[in-house]
Amino acid sequence: MPVAYLKETPSQTAGPYVHIGTLPAVAGLPVRSQENLSVLASGSVPGERIRITGVVWDGAGHPVKDALLELWQADAAGRHDNPDFPGFGRAAADFATGAFSFETVKPGALPWRDGRTQAPHVCLLIFARGINIHLHTRMYFSDEAEANAADPMLKSIEHAGRRTTLVGERGTEDGVVTYRFDIHLQGENETVFFDV
Amino acid sequence: MAETGDFNRRDRKSHPPAFTPGYKTSVLRAPRCALVSVEQGVGEKAGPIFVPRGGLDPLDNDLIRNFSQGGEAIGERIVVHGRVLDEYARPVPNTLIEVWQANAGGRYRHKNDSYLAPLDPNFGGTGRCLTNAEGRYFFRTIRPGPYPWRNDGSDWRPAHIHFSIFGEAFVQRLISQLYFEGDPLIPLCPIVNTIPDPAAVDRLVARLDMGQQMPFDALAYRFDIVLRGRRQTFFENKREGN
Repeated sequence: MPVAYLKETPSQTAGPYVHIGTLPAVAGLPVRSQENLSVLASGSVPGERIRITGVVWDGAGHPVKDALLELWQADAAGRHDNPDFPGFGRAAADFATGAFSFETVKPGALPWRDGRTQAPHVCLLIFARGINIHLHTRMYFSDEAEANAADPMLKSIEHAGRRTTLVGERGTEDGVVTYRFDIHLQGENETVFFDV
Repeated sequence: MAETGDFNRRDRKSHPPAFTPGYKTSVLRAPRCALVSVEQGVGEKAGPIFVPRGGLDPLDNDLIRNFSQGGEAIGERIVVHGRVLDEYARPVPNTLIEVWQANAGGRYRHKNDSYLAPLDPNFGGTGRCLTNAEGRYFFRTIRPGPYPWRNDGSDWRPAHIHFSIFGEAFVQRLISQLYFEGDPLIPLCPIVNTIPDPAAVDRLVARLDMGQQMPFDALAYRFDIVLRGRRQTFFENKREGN
């Protein structure tokens, strides 16, 4: 018999009312002080201010209007231990349009375990009704083509054509630098999801 | 940042697969391509210390009172408590647990819930707490009611409490649901049945804990949570051990 350890608690869907517990104001609950967790960068945090925006699409091409996204990223210097920059954000899809957005800074490059460098990226988790265990993906930046080409995580995706599903497209929106990142849960242009 | 070991692979046989047609919404929300297995980077092995800005409110873990409009929530008063451990049975201290649930009649306080059972004016249905140094947590609430949902005709969810845990690393992140011992709706539920292994389902069932009741006030349920374990880094400069 192999050595036995405790087993991880199984996942279940977050369900359609996930906002009650995670973003109460979105559910219509005035329980707590208003937390705007989709804004990561405030005050004098260094780095280029950016907006990440997109829609999560289902396999029939319809927006997932009850999705909850969580974002985790390094600061502009590529660090995860900056006390002035939490690196964590949470955003709900809009109930009418499905659009989500984060206001943050562009992260710096991070070291990889063998000394190589990872291209700037943000980690994203997607939770929703109908998603039994959350999906883990990454968004890279379209203006970092050289770094992206050398990124060890992107290179581990066997089908090179799928790597582009992880690149957010740079543009501007209301004068703000915006990266558009749509997530396709299923079918054509299906986003790469990781088992990390 | 200290160099730390990798986390165990997630045993996906313990978890529901993405595509579970008995739960209809999963059909169009399940990826068709396989997940891409990757090594854990420094980012994934770190995680947010998500203590909400301004800290926790003293009533955040008391759902009987934290939405009070002058009274207390109606329903079966219970305490839910337990420990958060990793797969090596080490406690996970100071981690945030968030919970949400319907009221005693199965109605959610959410703008999208239109079930005909009434709202309870003194019940919001959201709470949170931090584990202590031993990984222990507790909250006080009322037992939620079952509620009907549009799946295969009118299916009924068992009484359940949603919970969300951060752990110490982004790879430990987990959202799941707590069920109650003896509830005959559990084996009928298409969402419960997304989990193929009955032993794994059993780990989501909180046990009645008479020893921890609050006499003449509230019954207690015990619910332990296990997150992925962090391994040692053999053959590297070891800065932490177990």
